Amino acid sequence: MLSQALIREFKTRVGEDAVFTDPADLLTYSYDAAPLQQVQPALVVRPAASESLRQAVRLCNQNGLALTVRGAGTNLSGGTVPLPGGVVIVTNALNRILEINSEDMYAVVEPGVVTAKFAAAAQAQGLFYPPDPGSQAVSTLGGNVAENAGGLRGLKYGVTRDYVMGLQFFDVDGELIKTGARTVKCATGYNLAGLLVGSEGTLGVFSQITLKLIPLPAAQRAMMAVFDHADRASETVSAIIAGHIVPATLEFMDNFTIRAVEDYSHAGLPVDAAALLLIEVDGHPAQVQEDADRVEALCRQHGAVSIRVARDSAERTKVWEARRSALSALAKLKPTLVLEDATVPRSKIPAMVKAVSEISREYRLSIGTFGHAGDGNLHPTILTDKRDKAEWERVEQAIAAIFDRALALGGTLSGEHGTGIAKACFLEKETSPATILYSQRIKKALDPNNILNPGKIIAAAS
Amino acid sequence: MADIGELRRLMRQLEDQLVVCMRCGMCQAVCPVFAQTGREADVARGKLVLLDGLMQAMLDDPRSVRERLQRCLLCGSCAANCPSGVNVLDIFLKARAILAGYLGLPPVKKAIFRRLLAHPRMLDRVVEFGAVFQKLFTRPVNEIVGTSCARFASPLLADRHFRTLAAVPFHRRHPSLDTPAGWSGLKVGFFVGCLVDKIFPNVAEAALRALEHHGVGVFLPEGQGCCGIPAVSSGDTRTFNDLVRYHLDKFDAADFDVLVTSCATCTSTIKKIWPSLCEEDLRARAQTLAARTMDIAQFLVQRAGSETATSRSANGRIITFHDSCHLKKSLGVFSEPRDLIRANAGYTLREMAAADDCCGMGGSFNLEHYGLSGRIGRLKRDHIAATGCEVVATGCPACMLQIADMLSQAGDRIAVKHPVEIYAESFSAR
Repeated sequence: MLSQALIREFKTRVGEDAVFTDPADLLTYSYDAAPLQQVQPALVVRPAASESLRQAVRLCNQNGLALTVRGAGTNLSGGTVPLPGGVVIVTNALNRILEINSEDMYAVVEPGVVTAKFAAAAQAQGLFYPPDPGSQAVSTLGGNVAENAGGLRGLKYGVTRDYVMGLQFFDVDGELIKTGARTVKCATGYNLAGLLVGSEGTLGVFSQITLKLIPLPAAQRAMMAVFDHADRASETVSAIIAGHIVPATLEFMDNFTIRAVEDYSHAGLPVDAAALLLIEVDGHPAQVQEDADRVEALCRQHGAVSIRVARDSAERTKVWEARRSALSALAKLKPTLVLEDATVPRSKIPAMVKAVSEISREYRLSIGTFGHAGDGNLHPTILTDKRDKAEWERVEQAIAAIFDRALALGGTLSGEHGTGIAKACFLEKETSPATILYSQRIKKALDPNNILNPGKIIAAAS
Repeated sequence: MADIGELRRLMRQLEDQLVVCMRCGMCQAVCPVFAQTGREADVARGKLVLLDGLMQAMLDDPRSVRERLQRCLLCGSCAANCPSGVNVLDIFLKARAILAGYLGLPPVKKAIFRRLLAHPRMLDRVVEFGAVFQKLFTRPVNEIVGTSCARFASPLLADRHFRTLAAVPFHRRHPSLDTPAGWSGLKVGFFVGCLVDKIFPNVAEAALRALEHHGVGVFLPEGQGCCGIPAVSSGDTRTFNDLVRYHLDKFDAADFDVLVTSCATCTSTIKKIWPSLCEEDLRARAQTLAARTMDIAQFLVQRAGSETATSRSANGRIITFHDSCHLKKSLGVFSEPRDLIRANAGYTLREMAAADDCCGMGGSFNLEHYGLSGRIGRLKRDHIAATGCEVVATGCPACMLQIADMLSQAGDRIAVKHPVEIYAESFSAR
């Protein structure tokens, strides 16, 4: 329980209407999109100006209160689940796009700007912000940067990290730290932005983000290749990459997912196909033509039974609607959905697809696999009901098995969802005890009171 | 007050529906209330967590949960956009009923629902009495929109610009009807609805003209009342069930093909909420009636073969169309009302931005949260005004009230009509 005096202090500094203490309100900030235990904070603040954000951070540090920053709460690894007795800082009132500079192709935003709204605003000026995480319709840019979010276009265009040119953030004392610039090149100081991207709110609190924008591609072509063996589809993925073609998107869908999507959306997907590849190439029209032809030839060489090339934008939309509805379609089958994002080097996609189907059999679980095969980032999606204790135990074992297999293939625990709470205890397996210790020393130096989202990323080994 | 353990036990009925929410948060993209406040308790995910919290004993104050649960327009935007298919409206209405059963209804609501709404003839008498005296308390402010405002400071009317009660309500003009099927071979039952009867009788008149034009017979039983949505959305299932039973008795034995209404909210209530929330002994009858209930525009276009746009006039009066949530998100009806509008060559339909964004009315939401309702409504007004239209049409009289208020307060000279009025003009003028 916080003292009345301290609550008053928060209200004075952050705003009377920006501080929530009613247990009902607190409960609505006790979770994110990861299927984890809810934790109720002691206080929630929703600053509407940079200065009130700074004051809130300072007050937390002065009073030793654990602070968890929250954008839209769509995190899939528990990074926005607060600490007991802690404070949640909601950033969605800090939602101004401060500048979109078309001449120099960058933008400056506050952390609470919604990703899709920002991408649309950039597009209105003929510019392209490529990172498109699945939650982009609601997720915030601050959250994307803190998690180093990815999306469907990672293969060609990279992830959020590749678009962060500069950051302004508050340290625990509320001092403003500036890193990076509005210039394409910048070689001054430590690359603090590099450290802060993906730090999940454990090292500082963003107040302003400078993002790189690029020209919109002039042309696109989408196609769908149908396979009667999952192996052939995943081998095709490896062949396209080995052929040094870089599609904008190269997505995989297994039979389980295809059937779920078709039941849900009746999009006309081939339900007896073992796997589908959904591919889009973009760029200069001549390049698009050439790449599309080569991709089509590679698909045929590797045993695609049929290939459908979208002839117009309506058909293109249909291809991507099918992919985008994958998660919804799977979500409708069971109450609880565990969406994993272990990622492997792209040549190992065939091995990883095989590994997941073995794990599904071994632990007797329904697992739909789809995802960004082109960048090695598959989404094995376990369907379950958390209330079924026995099955939930098998789910936890299966998750550990997926991690083990991905690491054995030279991969990583998380391509785009972050470490958070969910993967913290596995991090040492991927790295080393010394890596965790090194990270903990950085954290200790920058946050001596351990108030910045403690328990996330590097908690387990301490 | 009953034992909170009993409340939790009742909440368990919702468990299987509650667990469907996977907390993805996609409802934040579409919730009109959340767009204004940014508060998690205002969006579906937050409310579902609160209900779950109450059920699982993580919260012990049902009042605070009810207070937050009522801050919802019941527009269904979240459900229409939900990846895992949470039946949000059904859950919220059931939860409101459980909480009202436990906490009791607020006395004013209880009096209005139980003494007035549940007794259609009494409601008629009181409203007619009000229609006679309303001129003493109100004065006209905008003759194009057709709105008035309070003459004196009034806590109930506040700053609203409202459509006054009709001098002669629809049921006085047509107490009952039973005309045989005409050349179409079709006959409809006609459910009038309170707002159409008492405030917009011209909408029902236009619907009758359109039905006659298409050779459709009409069965209109005497003494119709409210569909029950105000009661059930406040958790008063007793009044709701009384009204469902009352109207089932009037309609379900009668001989007609389709039950039509010119009120999107009534249609959606009869089709979706009657069968889902009524008492068990009424369910089969409610399901049968729901299956043969249609919106007037949908009926005219799909069944009565209304002629659609022979000439898509480019130089008629500019008109724009607002998709009422109960028509588009609940019933999936959005092309038919536009077809009716296009059938009138005197108008040119110009779409507004975000035509299916909620207008912010939400029935009693507007009474309880007028400030918030107005903030949402002004966005709708801006989209309407930006089209440069002379007329805005919408298929729901509740939306008509809200839009009229917003346009009138902004000083716009834009008339508010129902699509069936626009359609009926096209052959009345011939």
